[in-house]
Amino acid sequence: MDARMLDGNAVAGLLREVFAVEMTTALGTCNACGAMEAVGALHVFRGAGIVMRCPHCDNALVTIVKDDTRMWFAFTGVRTLQITV
Amino acid sequence: MAGAAVLGRLTWRIAEVVDIVDETPRVKTIAFDVPDWPGHRAGQHVDVRLTAEDGYQAQRSYSIASAAGGTRVELTVERLDDGEVSPYLTDELRPGDRIELRGPVGGYFVWEPSQGGPLLLVAGGSGVVPLMAMLRARDAAGSDAETRLLFSSRGWDDVIYRDELERLHGDGLRIVHTLTRSQPPGWTGYARRLDAHMLAEVGPSPTETPHVYACGPTPFVEAAARALVELGHEPHSVKTERFGPTGG
Amino acid sequence: MSFVSRGFRGRRRESEGDATRIPPGQYLTDDYPVLSAGPTPHTPLDRWDFSIVGELDEPRRWSWEEFRALPSEEVTVDIHCVTKWSKLDTVWQGVSVDTLLDGLDTAAEYVVQYSDGGYTTNLPLEDVTGGKAWVVFDYDGEPLEAEHGGPARMLVPHLYFWKSAKWVRGLRLTAADEPGFWEVNGYHNYGDPWQEQRYWGD
Repeated sequence: MDARMLDGNAVAGLLREVFAVEMTTALGTCNACGAMEAVGALHVFRGAGIVMRCPHCDNALVTIVKDDTRMWFAFTGVRTLQITV
Repeated sequence: MAGAAVLGRLTWRIAEVVDIVDETPRVKTIAFDVPDWPGHRAGQHVDVRLTAEDGYQAQRSYSIASAAGGTRVELTVERLDDGEVSPYLTDELRPGDRIELRGPVGGYFVWEPSQGGPLLLVAGGSGVVPLMAMLRARDAAGSDAETRLLFSSRGWDDVIYRDELERLHGDGLRIVHTLTRSQPPGWTGYARRLDAHMLAEVGPSPTETPHVYACGPTPFVEAAARALVELGHEPHSVKTERFGPTGG
Repeated sequence: MSFVSRGFRGRRRESEGDATRIPPGQYLTDDYPVLSAGPTPHTPLDRWDFSIVGELDEPRRWSWEEFRALPSEEVTVDIHCVTKWSKLDTVWQGVSVDTLLDGLDTAAEYVVQYSDGGYTTNLPLEDVTGGKAWVVFDYDGEPLEAEHGGPARMLVPHLYFWKSAKWVRGLRLTAADEPGFWEVNGYHNYGDPWQEQRYWGD
């Protein structure tokens, strides 16, 4: 267990920079193990950018990179994202 | 329902320090006035951004300690000795100073009185802050939802909100402390790190299907979540907020 | 940027004449921040190996003992993280990539570093040869800690530090460039800190 690891709550503000709705309550399905978890429950690592991983199998669901004017989102590990609108 | 609303772009706001209160030797509550503050729900947090004269910036998240109250937003900050932001907030800020903050953010780690109980709150050190916001919201709403707070601190002088918790005790709310490093003379309470045994004794039990919220340093939350699931709490009923290697 | 927080300085160090050693947009630090894309792997040394695979006739492989028996050297370099911190005069002990590739015949022009945990990063082959790169196992005179990439990581100091893979397990020689973990997600394909090549299009 990594003491530095955070969870999706830590990127709530960053996600709100882009998404018009609160994203920590969105449900993501991992395309590796099929687990469905709230974005707020995903494990968050800060490397060169942010990596959000499945809390069950560590599969990288989402990566987020940002500079002053752009953000890059990759949802490589998310099969489906369910958002309440 | 606020969680389903389209919220729109979130921008940085200027907040002014109006009050600073010592909670423990290392912890302070800083009250801000934030013009046009839209209100917040218990458990939400703000992002705080500091900018040096040469443009260097640092940003951290802090849970909102206060229940919703107009334009007043209270943050309770633990001073981390090797921290970059917390020593500035606890040592430098004076009433009248201004900082940038963004929020409120969060929707997953939120409790509203309308959700009712039973409620099991598990706090490690400064992890008590968002849970205190929940208890204050509960109190303000006059709720008597069956609630337990299991609160782990290093010692009696490190217990944040100690006196207020004592006052809130009752009307369905029970506070149970565990002091992991030092205990005052005559202490008969828990004196060890949180475990499944302790959680089972404090309750509510999994059969009562409580809403469970655990917050604190990452190792604490990992241990708490594991113990809760071990006891039989349904994993999706346990909401967690990790603060990283130490404090918040 | 208009708002300034009275009295805030942050954690960085004064440069004091080191200015020419600090790439644009970077801040000096005495700390050694831990940044990671995922959980820290813990591969036991009796299961660890390092390989050269891909566009070559015979893949190479060293066990930990074999790897540690290779000639190694101490190098002192400055390192620059794309998250803006720079650390000067860091001291490492490691095996030069030239040693690992010695006598190797390949038509490959690129290399992919791959690590425990799935991290990858890509480089032109010429950026890890000619004394520019090492597989290091000691930092500051001590065995490299797991959270800093131990037992062994890449050291490619002329590029941003995401181009030096932690927990590295091998190099894959490729004919075509294969963007790695961060390169496909917004970070610059090459990453020269002196040209501030942090992101796509920089």
